[in-house]
Amino acid sequence: MDGLVFDIAHLFAGGLVLVSFMMLYQDRLYALLNIFALHAIVLALSVGWQAYIQGAPHLYITTAIALLFKGIVIPVALHRIIQRLGIHREIETVVGIGMTMLAGIGLVALSMVVMLRVTADADRLAREDVALALSVVLLGLLMMVTRRNAVSQVVGFMSLENGLILAATGAKGMPLVVEISVAFSVLIAFIVIGIFLFRIRERFDTVDIHALDRFQGDRG
Amino acid sequence: MAVILDFAAQVAQMLVVLLLAPLLTGFVRKIKARLLRRQGPPLIQPYRDLIWLLHKEVVLAENASWLFRVAPYLIFATTWVAAALVPTFGTGLMFSWTADLIAITALLASARFFLALAGMDVGTSFGGIGSSREMMIASLAEPAMMMIVFTLALMAGSTQLSTISGVMLSPEIGLRISLGLALLALIIVAIAENARIPVDNPATHLELTMVHEAMVLEYSGRHLAVLELAASLKLLLYVSLIICIFVPWGLVPTGAGHAGYVIGAAAYAAKLAAGGLLLALFETAIAKMRVFRVPNFLGAALMLGLLGTLLRFISRSL
Repeated sequence: MDGLVFDIAHLFAGGLVLVSFMMLYQDRLYALLNIFALHAIVLALSVGWQAYIQGAPHLYITTAIALLFKGIVIPVALHRIIQRLGIHREIETVVGIGMTMLAGIGLVALSMVVMLRVTADADRLAREDVALALSVVLLGLLMMVTRRNAVSQVVGFMSLENGLILAATGAKGMPLVVEISVAFSVLIAFIVIGIFLFRIRERFDTVDIHALDRFQGDRG
Repeated sequence: MAVILDFAAQVAQMLVVLLLAPLLTGFVRKIKARLLRRQGPPLIQPYRDLIWLLHKEVVLAENASWLFRVAPYLIFATTWVAAALVPTFGTGLMFSWTADLIAITALLASARFFLALAGMDVGTSFGGIGSSREMMIASLAEPAMMMIVFTLALMAGSTQLSTISGVMLSPEIGLRISLGLALLALIIVAIAENARIPVDNPATHLELTMVHEAMVLEYSGRHLAVLELAASLKLLLYVSLIICIFVPWGLVPTGAGHAGYVIGAAAYAAKLAAGGLLLALFETAIAKMRVFRVPNFLGAALMLGLLGTLLRFISRSL
């Protein structure tokens, strides 16, 4: 029984890493948003399974938050932002997809090496979850680094936060208050970023953040 | 007596793959045609084509070297040996100890090497394009294949196919994400290696899209027949490989006696038909991708294989 419990937890956490890679692979915004919704759903499954095997009812609330906000509300909102900005064309990635994938594999290997060494005497489930969660976080960061488009950077940020939640549920320690406040701060961050997107767009007629690099300030 | 029966089973396996291969090709074509609401050629059309080609005269280009004439037979021989090594209805065959995944990959790679050489031999531009594209695909598909082999070998403790399917049949294998990743990667590799639709279109001679057809463009008569049979064998090989590793149920285990072979054969036929059906459905549902997108597609397979190996490592070290 213990073997199967661990295997299913491993399946969901590994699935989350896989979906992170799928996000790196996508080069269209709408497809990216769909994969992001899938990311949230896999996270919800993973957290729900942890809630079940740890017998921790408060984790079910986390599951519901993940499913409702990240699986439905944020993707739908981003969809509408993309529609209003009129940017449903291809994403320009800074380096090619192949290089990004290789970098991603390197990051996953790095996080495994680091985490498995650091957590040598922890619980089996927690170790595995923390190692995979770190790779999800690093892949989210990689996504933010490699994309130029501000909307896909937002998606990278949100997937990074999914990784944090995975780590928190595996560690059996995060209180519900922290959990909910993190969820809401992410929502608020989302709103702020949304407003920023429209401001950037108003100012530069694009959401390509390289326009910000070229901007020298008001000269006139 | 037992030795003779074992030998007969091995010979039967070799003949089964040879005789079934054109049928599988015909079956996939038929299903694809039906899905497009066409009547489609009859199931035995590939056999008829082969016989027809065997009766045709061989037309050789003036500057074709001996390699051009030898290559089809070499390609056919290596592909046939590789296909005959994959367990189809039972694992306890006489030569199962040689059925090693790395050996099969190497046999297919040498077949591809000769095909690429033959494509360039006559010196037409089409053959050159086909060969260079084939090599580009191979340079990505083979590392992916090796990663899949590593993932499976880490789990089964062996690269031998009969051992792997034995481990897959045993209850201790459990639910493994690495297996799922390896399956996805193997499907992508199989599609690319067999020149099926998102990578190459097996039914067209449009120069912008063809890879495999471009290399065999100069062949005719019995050479072409042998090459087409080799291509069918390769398709059968990959479908059998996926079946024997990931859906080994019904496979006759080692030392189960010869009576079980009937059940094994029936199960194999059913699984083969299901595989052909899925391939036809997949091919009808999606469009051919640009040649320059193929590296991304195959890179995904490589990435899946690597990820599977990595995930296997952590669940093993815990």
